[in-house]
Amino acid sequence: MSIAALSTPASRAVRLGSSLRRNRRWALIASYVFLVMFAIFFLMPPFYMVVTALKSDAEVARMATNPWIIADGVTFDQFRILLTQTDFLIFFKNTVIVTVCVVAITMVVSVLAAFSLGRMKFWGSGILATGIFLTYLVPDTLLFIPLFQIVKSVGLLNSYWGMVLVYPTLTVPFCTWIMIGYFQSIPKELDEAALIDGAGHMQMLTKIFIPVALPGIIAAMIFAFTVSWAAFVYPMTFLYSADQQVLTVGTVTSLIRGDVYKWGMLMAGALVAAAPPLVIYAFLMDYYIAGLTAGATKG
Amino acid sequence: MAEVTLRNVGKRYDDVVAVSNVNLDIPNHEFVVLVGPSGCGKSTTLRMIAGLEEITDGEISIGGEVVNDLPPKDRDIAMVFQNYALYPHMTVAENMSFGLKLRKFPKAEIKLRVDNAARILDITELLARRPKQLSGGQRQRVAMGRAIVRNPKVFLFDEPLSNLDAKLRVQMRTEIKRVHQKVKTTTVYVTHDQVEAMTLADRVVVMNGGKIEQIGTPNELYHHPKTRFVAGFIGSPAMNLIPAKLESNGSGLTIRLSDKLSFHVPESRTARYRGHTGKDLLFGLRPEHITETRGRENGVGQEFTITLDVVEPMGMETMVFFTVDGNEVCGRVEPSAAKGAGEPMQLRANLDHMHLIDPATNVVL
Repeated sequence: MSIAALSTPASRAVRLGSSLRRNRRWALIASYVFLVMFAIFFLMPPFYMVVTALKSDAEVARMATNPWIIADGVTFDQFRILLTQTDFLIFFKNTVIVTVCVVAITMVVSVLAAFSLGRMKFWGSGILATGIFLTYLVPDTLLFIPLFQIVKSVGLLNSYWGMVLVYPTLTVPFCTWIMIGYFQSIPKELDEAALIDGAGHMQMLTKIFIPVALPGIIAAMIFAFTVSWAAFVYPMTFLYSADQQVLTVGTVTSLIRGDVYKWGMLMAGALVAAAPPLVIYAFLMDYYIAGLTAGATKG
Repeated sequence: MAEVTLRNVGKRYDDVVAVSNVNLDIPNHEFVVLVGPSGCGKSTTLRMIAGLEEITDGEISIGGEVVNDLPPKDRDIAMVFQNYALYPHMTVAENMSFGLKLRKFPKAEIKLRVDNAARILDITELLARRPKQLSGGQRQRVAMGRAIVRNPKVFLFDEPLSNLDAKLRVQMRTEIKRVHQKVKTTTVYVTHDQVEAMTLADRVVVMNGGKIEQIGTPNELYHHPKTRFVAGFIGSPAMNLIPAKLESNGSGLTIRLSDKLSFHVPESRTARYRGHTGKDLLFGLRPEHITETRGRENGVGQEFTITLDVVEPMGMETMVFFTVDGNEVCGRVEPSAAKGAGEPMQLRANLDHMHLIDPATNVVL
């Protein structure tokens, strides 16, 4: 009787353990199946781009071949022609200039704005912070019409410097919002300790807040970079000569002539244009994730 | 190093009065502890001394100079926070030297001071580490180091031990006392833990509801509380407070706790209490003055018998709980003398240590 009573819980524990293991195995199998499906789904377009960019124009045009494989051998002609005989490098240079300026302006403005809104409590700071976020909710497809008038009035129509002026309207609100959240997650005692140690507000920002909030700042930088690298509506509207054009619009307008699509070069151009963001993401992804999730768990 | 003076200091947030009419003189080198329940205004008072809160009324001076309108950095104070507030991106040495660097001290001087403070606190081998790599106790030491290197006029501590576990708290308590004995800087220390207050302080300031209840040495507060709040707050377990009636008994006085239980008031106290004869009062007696009848030398006292409700052995002593007319009373007895719960036990009350409180004014008579 006593032996039976003793053995019952033990055998139940064994059964429970094995069912837990079985559960976990099934969960893992299901995860893998779906992850592989998603990976295939999302890697299909880049794969198609690579395959097409490495084909000759003749092969791309031939309807009889399988579009997923390279039948006539790999060629780098598309890249060579793209870089030597088109304005692609000008677009690339313009995009780099615009992006670097936009990221710099965005970071200066939004770090200062976030510090004052998130940390130096003053009358109306809460409403201002919400107001800044609301401006982000207005899409650029609506804003480009009034902005056209503004860009025209300051004489920056058909100049990539006009992009340096208008992109921050997209990047500053969101980056400020991210930074406010990040700064608010820094304990209040840290500023008080710095105050007592003898720091002024500017020293507090540069010596304490920026280093401590670096993951958040990098996340905001990546966002600003992505927005200005990939923006399409504004350059499409405000820029119309090739020497001022940026990558996104320039590639499309110069490589699609009427109904003639230079598919090989389009794909090659897309790949080269996607390389810088890819490299930056690969190196800074951990920071990006840490920045976006900060404050989610610890107030 | 300097003395700190608070004159009629008050703090209001809109309509809420957080602190009112605080008067306090802290001489040079003294270690003063502000103690009280949460929301009593002790932290606000400390933060006003630090300059982190504006002062609504009154005047605070440090070293003879009125500092009401001085920013924290110009008050020459150093503060240790409850959550340490170490700069996470700096090493221990950088954390400690940050304030000196901002004040443009020469490098050699900074190094000398950091090394010296590290030696005092026994953290020399941690100087190159970052706060994340330190334990709670080590972080607290670094926070103290950051205060010591500055060699300020006043140290301010805001519940510095509350985030530590019980054992470490006791250890760091001794550490803080040791450091103060070495550097002798005037110190204001805030805690809600009355044991911490008693063990550390030269003088304790008990606060309640934004006001100072009593200022005194730990022994004064313990043996001669002036108000009902101090009597109940200082001491663990707390003083027994039982409603009672003071009755005249010929030339003497009797304090009646219930129909069955009454004590003679010691002759030394009769003159003091006679004017309150016939009043309903609160009778206060600490648990250590309710003991077993045999064994101890304290012979004096009046014996009575009760039935025990709860018995709590603590090892060194045993707490016995019983009720008098519905009021719970605690006594401290020798472990060997304690009876079981539900059993009758004879106890002895030493009335030489009794207190009487007027419930109308909450003042100890």
